[in-house]
Amino acid sequence: MTTARETVLGRIKDALALAPTPDTTVPRAYRTGRTLPDDERLALFTDRLVDYRATVHTCTADRTAQAVAEVLREHGARRIGVPAGLDPLWLDAYDGEVQQDSGDIPAPRLDALDGVLTASAVSCAETGTIFLDGSPDQGRRALSLVPDLHVCVVDLSTVEAGVPEAVARLEPQRPTTLISGPSATSDIELERVEGVHGPRTLAVVIRTDR
Amino acid sequence: MRIGLFATCLGDTLFPEAVKSTAVLLARLGHDVVFPPGQTCCGQMHVNTGYQREPVPLVRNFAEQFGDASIEAVVMPSGSCAGSVRHQHEIVAERYGDASLRAGVATVKAKTYELSEFLVDVLDAEDVGAYFPHRVTYHPTCHSLRMLRVGDKPLKLLRAVDSIDLVELPEADSCCGFGGTFAVKNAETSTAMLQDKMRNIAGTDAEVCTAGDSSCLMHIGGGLSRIRSGTRTLHLAQILSATRTSPYVPTEAVR
Amino acid sequence: MSSTFLGMPATPPRSPYGTGNLRGDRKFPKAAHDELRNEQLRRNLGRATRTIRAKRLNVTGELPDWEALREAGSAIKTDTMNRLPELLEQLERKVTERGGTVHWARDGVEANEIVTRLVKATGSSDVIKVKSMATQEIGLNEHLESVGITPYETDLAELIVQLAHDKPSHILVPAIHRNRDEIRQIFLKEIPGVDPGLDNVPAHLAAAARAYLREKFMTTEVAVSGANFGIAETGTLAVVESEGNGRMCLTMPDTLITVMGIEKVLPRYQDLEVFLQLLPRSSTGERMNPYTSMWTGVTPGDGPQDFHLVLLDNGRTAALADRIGREALNCIRCSACLNVCPVYERAGGHAYGSTYPGPIGAVLTPQLAGMHAAKGDPNSSLPYASSLCGACFDACPVKIDIPSLLVELRHQNTEQSGTTAEKLAMKAAATVMKHPKLFTAAQKGAGIGRLVGGRDGRISHLPPPFNGWSESRDTAAPPKQTFRSWLASAEGAQAMRAAAGEYEKNRKQKEEEK
Repeated sequence: MTTARETVLGRIKDALALAPTPDTTVPRAYRTGRTLPDDERLALFTDRLVDYRATVHTCTADRTAQAVAEVLREHGARRIGVPAGLDPLWLDAYDGEVQQDSGDIPAPRLDALDGVLTASAVSCAETGTIFLDGSPDQGRRALSLVPDLHVCVVDLSTVEAGVPEAVARLEPQRPTTLISGPSATSDIELERVEGVHGPRTLAVVIRTDR
Repeated sequence: MRIGLFATCLGDTLFPEAVKSTAVLLARLGHDVVFPPGQTCCGQMHVNTGYQREPVPLVRNFAEQFGDASIEAVVMPSGSCAGSVRHQHEIVAERYGDASLRAGVATVKAKTYELSEFLVDVLDAEDVGAYFPHRVTYHPTCHSLRMLRVGDKPLKLLRAVDSIDLVELPEADSCCGFGGTFAVKNAETSTAMLQDKMRNIAGTDAEVCTAGDSSCLMHIGGGLSRIRSGTRTLHLAQILSATRTSPYVPTEAVR
Repeated sequence: MSSTFLGMPATPPRSPYGTGNLRGDRKFPKAAHDELRNEQLRRNLGRATRTIRAKRLNVTGELPDWEALREAGSAIKTDTMNRLPELLEQLERKVTERGGTVHWARDGVEANEIVTRLVKATGSSDVIKVKSMATQEIGLNEHLESVGITPYETDLAELIVQLAHDKPSHILVPAIHRNRDEIRQIFLKEIPGVDPGLDNVPAHLAAAARAYLREKFMTTEVAVSGANFGIAETGTLAVVESEGNGRMCLTMPDTLITVMGIEKVLPRYQDLEVFLQLLPRSSTGERMNPYTSMWTGVTPGDGPQDFHLVLLDNGRTAALADRIGREALNCIRCSACLNVCPVYERAGGHAYGSTYPGPIGAVLTPQLAGMHAAKGDPNSSLPYASSLCGACFDACPVKIDIPSLLVELRHQNTEQSGTTAEKLAMKAAATVMKHPKLFTAAQKGAGIGRLVGGRDGRISHLPPPFNGWSESRDTAAPPKQTFRSWLASAEGAQAMRAAAGEYEKNRKQKEEEK
């Protein structure tokens, strides 16, 4: 008996034989390999994030713990989750409860947290997008999804100008999540509403000297 | 320049004033206007309705009538017919024609123009010496806008008209709902589109709504007439051919 | 099988008649007749499409390389179709290497069976779903329900449609035909335990959906998704979304089943750099959608540990066998063509009767499911549901020439239809028009039309099939004289001489001025 796989592949080959077309080369005349000075990338990235109604905070690396603590306090987060590989120094100024994530914790239990603090892999200034790739300082995908507040630390050196530059820095095999602002929907009369199933609040801490 | 005038079947039969104006305008600009008498129809209606075998003789006839090398340009007061000659004739010729038809089609395609693009691009004329002391709004027909990409060439011509009161049409680039047999097969959807177009026209308070296609004008004008709107339609050529010495005088009923 | 064996390619079959959601029960003009009278729908659609058109133009206009991105997107898709067998096999290999299982489905029926078998194997009687056109197309929800499995749609608009026992009417915003008041009513009636004081503020309605679905996300063990892209080079799949329901479905359950049309494969990971720019800007008019999830097989300790990819044909190979029609397979489901279409804006998505409405639906649906003209198939009316205005072509991020495809499908329809009254009329018209003498005679005949015109030269009633036209449009009675007879007349000759004379006069005047 012929398998569905053989049948479908056979049909495709038949189709291409019935209607052959010449080979195509892909013109890639769009912008790639762009670089922008730090201040321009910071300004562009901030502008886009604010446009999505994310909150943006900047600090230098030595003030990370203070900036993080302040953001968490601002949002009343008393109990937060962090990935196992997060730099513990970032939590030095935070006086709330910290739950270090592990695979033993069933993902639905993350719902009891007030928020989550993670690092990030890459960002794109032009679209205001943060890329998480599941590295130890970012954790499993559920961790940055279930809690209602996501505080994300972004190093300015990881912020690329555009989408091609950011995509080029990704590792395809890693589970990757692109985040552009808090969750949102335009399903009711195409009017954008922030806050549905993902974190309703996204706070971004940009470290300008890293 | 020796110009072959294509009247279009619709223009020749139902809207001769638009074609007369085109002929007179081109002559007034100093050109030699010839009218190959064997011309009929470009076959657009057939192709757009799904018929490609039937219009083969029409495509061939068009290529024969205008193929003569002494005709330097083929000009027609219709964006959609020009679009048909430039985009559809080769499809028909490829599929159902022979080598000589394909060659003939390629020859005429290269010298075929819609009136406004011929005036602006080929003759480099924006001011054609017209005089039209009326309030006018311009509807860019879909085929001139998106198939031929005439852009703002008709508006450039209109802006140069003496004494014209040109007003912008809101949502100008949305279709009037004609679409050839679409207005017959999907008459109700077409009517819904027409209503919105007429509402926008009424908002301009223009006496005249103009465009580069008699077919779309037949549609818009038919609707405006039905509601006794007090706005009439007029082909762009009729505005451009009017002068101080022979000003525009309405002679037609519904257009 | 026999096709390759015999060395003669066979035309691949369409989606089987009577399965899935690729065919309405009425032809477009009939369905539109009712939809056009729905004032609420007209108002909702008009407002919504106007909003999204403006947003799209803003964000596409700000990219200086938008046209270059469109060119690249179009070429990548064309290249993909040319190399489909090898790319699908590569995708399969990569997904399998990373711990996923790949299944192939000849049609929707087979895909439904595969998904059902996989769900049953988990022992779960519930599944959560991410909005997916492919599963909508094959009628997966209906099938699951028929075997006692409850699918929960988690996209807000899909949820609204599901709760209202309604059908989607838009690719991106399936409940675009509903306004906030209607949605409030649906939620009050259908969501168990909803706050009876719920008002119509979109943020509050979204919050009600969040509360309702939260528990489903936390407890359901199986999710079904579609995929926007499947990368052959790496085996990576991508889902582009806004609300986080996609992330929930792709992350929280133990088992994930993804149903993907075979045309959704992309050759390289790098190609995402093009489509992640084209898609969000074209669909929601945003620089980037809030969330995109990309996963490659199974990642230990992160997300579903059991992953299945179902590759779906269901008529796609039939479309691929058409040199011209194939272009419709390049569609990335952004819905920009719907939002700019004057026909869609007025008739709405339901009039198309298919999962795929609007301009792209009018060219995709007949190719996937066929248009059996002789059987009075509603799909045979779809290629005519367009004024060929071309707005869709301009808006399409992968430059699908939808108007040309519509004309092509109209041609295929007339070729399949045999002899019809319309074809005879077209033949007759062509016969007259190819003979200038007959044409001239016919023009004179048309002059008789003047007899039916009123004293003002208006014709206000025409017989079928033109009665729909004359219902809202007057028609001018044919004039006394055609252009050609005028030109041949003394009056015409005089007018042309006068015009030439005017040129001479002007020329002399100008010379004198110099």
